[in-house]
Formats: sequence, structure tokens, C-alpha cells
Amino acid sequence: MTGSATQLMRVSHLTKRFGEHTVLDDVSLDVTAGEVKGIIGPSGAGKSTLIRCLNGLEPIDAGEIWLDDTELTARKADMDALRSRIGFVFQDFNLFTHLTVADNLMLGLRRVRGLKRAEAETIARRELDRVGLAEKWRAYPAELSGGQQQRVSIARALAMQPELMLFDEPTSALDPESVGSVLRVMRELVAEGMTMIIVSHEMAFIEAVADDVLFMAEGRVVEEGSARQIFHEAREQRTRGFIDGIAAALVGEADDPGQAR
Amino acid sequence: MIYEAIWENLPYLAEGAAITVALAVTLLAIGVVVGTGLGLAQSYGHWALRIGATLVERLFRAIPAVVLLFLFYYGISSFYDISSFAAAALALGLRSAAYQSQIVRGAIASVPSGQMAAARAIGLTRRAAIVHVVLPQAMRQAIGPWTNEALSELKDTSLAYTIGVVELMRQADYIVSANYGHTLAVYSAAAAVYLVLSLAATWGLSRLDRRLRVPGFAH
Repeated sequence: MTGSATQLMRVSHLTKRFGEHTVLDDVSLDVTAGEVKGIIGPSGAGKSTLIRCLNGLEPIDAGEIWLDDTELTARKADMDALRSRIGFVFQDFNLFTHLTVADNLMLGLRRVRGLKRAEAETIARRELDRVGLAEKWRAYPAELSGGQQQRVSIARALAMQPELMLFDEPTSALDPESVGSVLRVMRELVAEGMTMIIVSHEMAFIEAVADDVLFMAEGRVVEEGSARQIFHEAREQRTRGFIDGIAAALVGEADDPGQAR
Repeated sequence: MIYEAIWENLPYLAEGAAITVALAVTLLAIGVVVGTGLGLAQSYGHWALRIGATLVERLFRAIPAVVLLFLFYYGISSFYDISSFAAAALALGLRSAAYQSQIVRGAIASVPSGQMAAARAIGLTRRAAIVHVVLPQAMRQAIGPWTNEALSELKDTSLAYTIGVVELMRQADYIVSANYGHTLAVYSAAAAVYLVLSLAATWGLSRLDRRLRVPGFAH
């Protein structure tokens, strides 16, 4: 990989249906290495479904997804190997409840990467330290707050040394005082040059960190542009309506826990 | 005297109790292995496997225990010299497997789907995700219902009496016929032994449940 213009992920004409209902309709997007892409839009727009398609958690009906020079959507694609190159952060964390924080971080390193315990431990400790929770090494997920669980889940994804990180509404399930700690960790990743795709309702955060923003509605990409363009100079009426609506009712976020699946 | 009759025959009761425990442990072991296999097949198997496992499960749940015992003992012994103990362990063990498969299936279903998704997201294969993430959580959930099943099987070992296994119930019967009476006292003694065995099993399994409990995790 050389320079910032290297294309890391390419999605073309992705279509996804649940029965008769088309949840993703001809969605295309490109992600270059080091880019931070924000995806915003009303609930039910298909944002979460899109990001779950990008690492194959959801099968697709048509279109292609490429990671670097490997096609994820190819019939013979080694999805397990591909997934281990893509970090995924869930809205509701999904830490392995029966394992300590340490073992949550080491499971993939040992079972997917085949590392010895000592090697896995070195990496896991480094990543846990990076999210500021080194002292929780021996804790179980249920002993942590929501914000701490989400930071551990980010560390779990980072431990696999992914080329790309996907965030599916990472702060939607958190109480307001935990949101800041998670966003701080994500901001550090941005500063380190991590390639990220972020689905979020945190508009101020997206505006601050995203190089490029997609506005989605009803399964389609309505508008794509720089954060400045989408948030302040949107061409499409729908985009403007959404941004203005959010601005007018910031409180409205509280009653939208982001159930856009 | 009544007490003498029981006291003198205590070694026989103990012998019977030992066979009862051996039969219960053997049949439960068969049940755990086969039942987990059936439960996994029903939860994750290819459709043919799923239907096959469901058929086996329905079959063994539909036939009364005594009928199964007769089928296995007299059925198998007509072409292979099987001991009554082995026949009872097989018949009751496979029936227990059918019940245990439902415990396993329910426990697997109780693990939130996000756990599998998270396991796959870090690159684990489906099989590895089942082995390292879903099953360890499911098996903890299963201990409670499994305790009920173990107790119920412990008591049902007495049905092996019907094909001649000399377990606790049959020993009690021998003692009654050898002593010309004291029927109530001897059967009460047998009942007391079942009670002690059940209490011990419950105590042991609830200890296991506490030991395996995940800190901070509400069941």
C-alpha cells in the first residue's frame, strides 16, 4: 500500500433484500487507505445493514465488494480470512460474556492467527492499554460499564491488526456520560490514520472527523460529499431536511436508539 | 425386629444403591454425549441431519421407558448376549439423550445471536465460533435444566428392575421376600436411600453451577 490514494475497499451496485423489501438499492462507495467515511441518515435507511454487508455478516443479493484486490463477494472467497482483516464494532458491544477481557482480546489472535499465548498477550495488553483500560485485564464484561465494554470491543477488533475498521452506531447503546470516552478512543484512531467507516447519529463527531460523508435514506445513497458539503452546503433537499431536523431537535437523538436494521 | 431386618440387610441395600448409581452415571454419560450431538445437529446441522436428529429425538421421547427396556434387552439378546445392565444403560441412556438434546438446543438458542456475529467478525470459522463462544455459554445455561434431568433419570433407574438389573429396588424386594414381611420398613429404607442420593446429586450440581458462574453475569 502506498500513499493515501490507494483504494482499500470498493463497493459497487450493492443490492440487498429482506423478502420483498429492498433494504439496499444499488449502493456504491469507495474507501481509500487512511480515509474516514461517515454514514448518516434516518432510522431504517439501511446504514447498519450496509455496514454488516461490508464484512459479510449479511449476505447480499447483487453487487460486488472488494477489499484491496480480493473480492469478498466471490463464490470462493475465504470469508474467515477476509473478516479477520476487517475490524467490526457493534452497537451493543457483543463481548464474549464467558471470557475475561484478556481472553476476549486473545481469542482471535490465538484461534485465527495461531499465535502462542505469550505473543497474543503482548498484543492484547498493548491494545487494551491503547483504549485506556489496562487495569481491566482480568475483569469479565458484565463487570464493566457500557462505555468500558465498547472500548474493550474496539480493542478486541484492533488486536487483529485490521486494515479497516467498521463501526455500527458504536455509541447508540451508551448512556450519555460514556459516549465521550468511546468517541475519544475513536478520535485517536483517526489521528493514527486508521481507515474507518462509521455509521453514527453523533453528527458533531462525524462532521469533525469524517473526510467523506454518505447521506442515506430508504436504502439509497442520496448524497455523498465532504463533511462541510453535507452538513452546510447540501445539494439535495432530503439531506438538508435531515441535517436541519437534527439541528432543530438535538434532543431527538435520545428517542432514536438507532434501530436501523 | 424391624430395625434388625434393615440393619442386617444394609450391605445388600448398599450394593443395590451402588448399582443404581453406576446405572445412573452410565446412562447420563451416554445421554450427554448423544444428546449434545443431537442438540448440535438440530441447531446447526444441514437440513437432512436436522430432520434425522429430530426423528431420533421424537422416537425416544414417544416410547415408554419400560417398553424401551424390554425392546433393548429382549430385542438385542435374541442375537447378542447383552447383560441386563448394559441394555438398561442403553435404553434409558438413549431416552435421556432425547431429553438432553432439547436442553442443549434450548441453551444454544438462549445465547444471543450477537455472540456468533462477534465471533465471526474477528475471523473465527463457524465451527470455532460454536466451540469457543456459543457452547461454553450454552452449557452454563444448561446446568439448571440438566440437574432436573439427572434427578429424574436417577429415579427412573428403578425401572431397570423389570429386566432383572439388581439395583436398589430389586435388592429391597429380595430383602422383603427373605424376611417374610417388614414390607413397609424395607421399602421405606429404599426410599430413604433414593432421597439421600437425590440430595447429594442436587448439592453437587449446584456447587458446579456456582463454580462455573461468570462474575457479574446475571443468569
